[in-house]
Amino acid sequence: MTTTRWRQRVSSLMAILTAAAAGSVILPLVLIFGFLLWQGAAAINVDFFTHLPKPVGEVGGGMANAIIGTLILLGLASLLGLPIGILGGVYLAESRDRRLPWIVRFLADVLNGVPSIVIGIFAYTLVVLPMRRFSAVAGGVALAVIMLPIVVRTTEEMVRLVPASLREAGLALGVPEWKVVLRVVLPTARAGIVTGAMVAVARVAGETAPLLFTAFGNRFWHQGLDQPIAALPLQIFAYAIAPYDDWHRQAWAGALVLIVLVLAVSLMARLVTRGRVGAVR
Amino acid sequence: MADGITVTKLNAWFGPSHVLHDIDLAVAPRAVTAIIGPSGCGKSTFIRCLNRMHEVVPGARVVGTVLQEGQDIYSPGVDPVEVRRRIGMVFQKPNPFPTMTVFDNVAAGLRLGGVRDRGVLNERVERALHAAALWEEVKDRLGKPGAGLSGGQQQRLCIARALAVEPEVLLMDEPCSALDPIATARIEELILELKRDLTIVIVTHNMQQAARVADATGFFLLGELVEFGPTSQLFTKPVDKRTEDYITGRFG
Repeated sequence: MTTTRWRQRVSSLMAILTAAAAGSVILPLVLIFGFLLWQGAAAINVDFFTHLPKPVGEVGGGMANAIIGTLILLGLASLLGLPIGILGGVYLAESRDRRLPWIVRFLADVLNGVPSIVIGIFAYTLVVLPMRRFSAVAGGVALAVIMLPIVVRTTEEMVRLVPASLREAGLALGVPEWKVVLRVVLPTARAGIVTGAMVAVARVAGETAPLLFTAFGNRFWHQGLDQPIAALPLQIFAYAIAPYDDWHRQAWAGALVLIVLVLAVSLMARLVTRGRVGAVR
Repeated sequence: MADGITVTKLNAWFGPSHVLHDIDLAVAPRAVTAIIGPSGCGKSTFIRCLNRMHEVVPGARVVGTVLQEGQDIYSPGVDPVEVRRRIGMVFQKPNPFPTMTVFDNVAAGLRLGGVRDRGVLNERVERALHAAALWEEVKDRLGKPGAGLSGGQQQRLCIARALAVEPEVLLMDEPCSALDPIATARIEELILELKRDLTIVIVTHNMQQAARVADATGFFLLGELVEFGPTSQLFTKPVDKRTEDYITGRFG
């Protein structure tokens, strides 16, 4: 027979177990961040943010070109991926048609699971081969393709969360449906859509594989969107496998900068969601 | 104007289920018409058919004629958007736009309808808020979020929002069912004020409410209009046995 004491014991045991499991979710991030600080902080200085990499064999220099390159690549990817993703998500949520949205939704989920290196090959075939050159544009296309399914699906979810009563209130005022979507539904879902967009940006900021044969990397300043461009993940990769201690230190520092960038974007997403008057409840 | 709404042989469906059967009813102009009946009898569907809101639900269908201003709102050339401008609606749960301020909520129908002029907006918003008996309570907080008002105020805000586009008819779908008795009393007073200029159709669960505000009342049961007549007559000398059973509380 189960006594009260036995049940209380099981209850506290389960409480501890679940709390421990929840705690272990944040453990990897804390460890990674701590380790990066420990290894990379020493190599971070003004030069790191303002200088080009030094030639092989020389100590010093920085990754300024890679930091700018990553920002340019993220800008290009957002320019391509966000409008298409958001419009597509609105379609999925609003369309009365059954079949096309079902297909798109299913394929978006499949695309979300496609390994990023495969998407790199796709961008290579689509952009690099016809242009006969590695380029920032090719890297942006590859990252945009990775962003698309995330943005489409979160936008759809957020638009669906807007209560039908608001839509009806708009329609009952004699407002055409497209205006209700544009001026009532989308503003109500805005916080969620922005969050989704930022999550997608954070997700692709650290992508390395799809950039290997699209953006390619570059040891010099940005030279135009049709030219190979440096990116933090690529630079980290190149430096990490090189045989020089100074490069290893810089790779750690680069990783630290990258993770801070991602953290900053995620944090911004949080703040945007919280600050809005009347975000979706 | 002033010829109310004439409904003839109105039938409505949700997908395969036939929820309204051959409704014939004449709504008098500048009067309050109440629709009563148990849950699921089709009263909400009925008033949603009067401004073409029923068809917004996927799979919903309507057959029949609804004459307003001498025009059948279901005839092929009629734009539902135009119909809804003339025939406004207030819903069961207060539903102010959460991203908008008090002012913007009331101005929403006008702005989305293309009115830009600041002076016109100010004037129409103030008039609508006065008409909804809300002006005194919100005049100092027009820039605050509409969702921050109390439930009763939110519902009057929604009435003001509907009035701002100056409709000829106002449909109210159980407008007090989410409100306390004091807020309910205010809305009822308001309804009696509004009927001087407007034709009002109100769905209510509350028979006392129908008795208090309505000039005419219709009793719906299982998708049919059982009885329709002057409120005093329907509640004191109902013709149909089913009406009598319902209003005396024998079922429903």
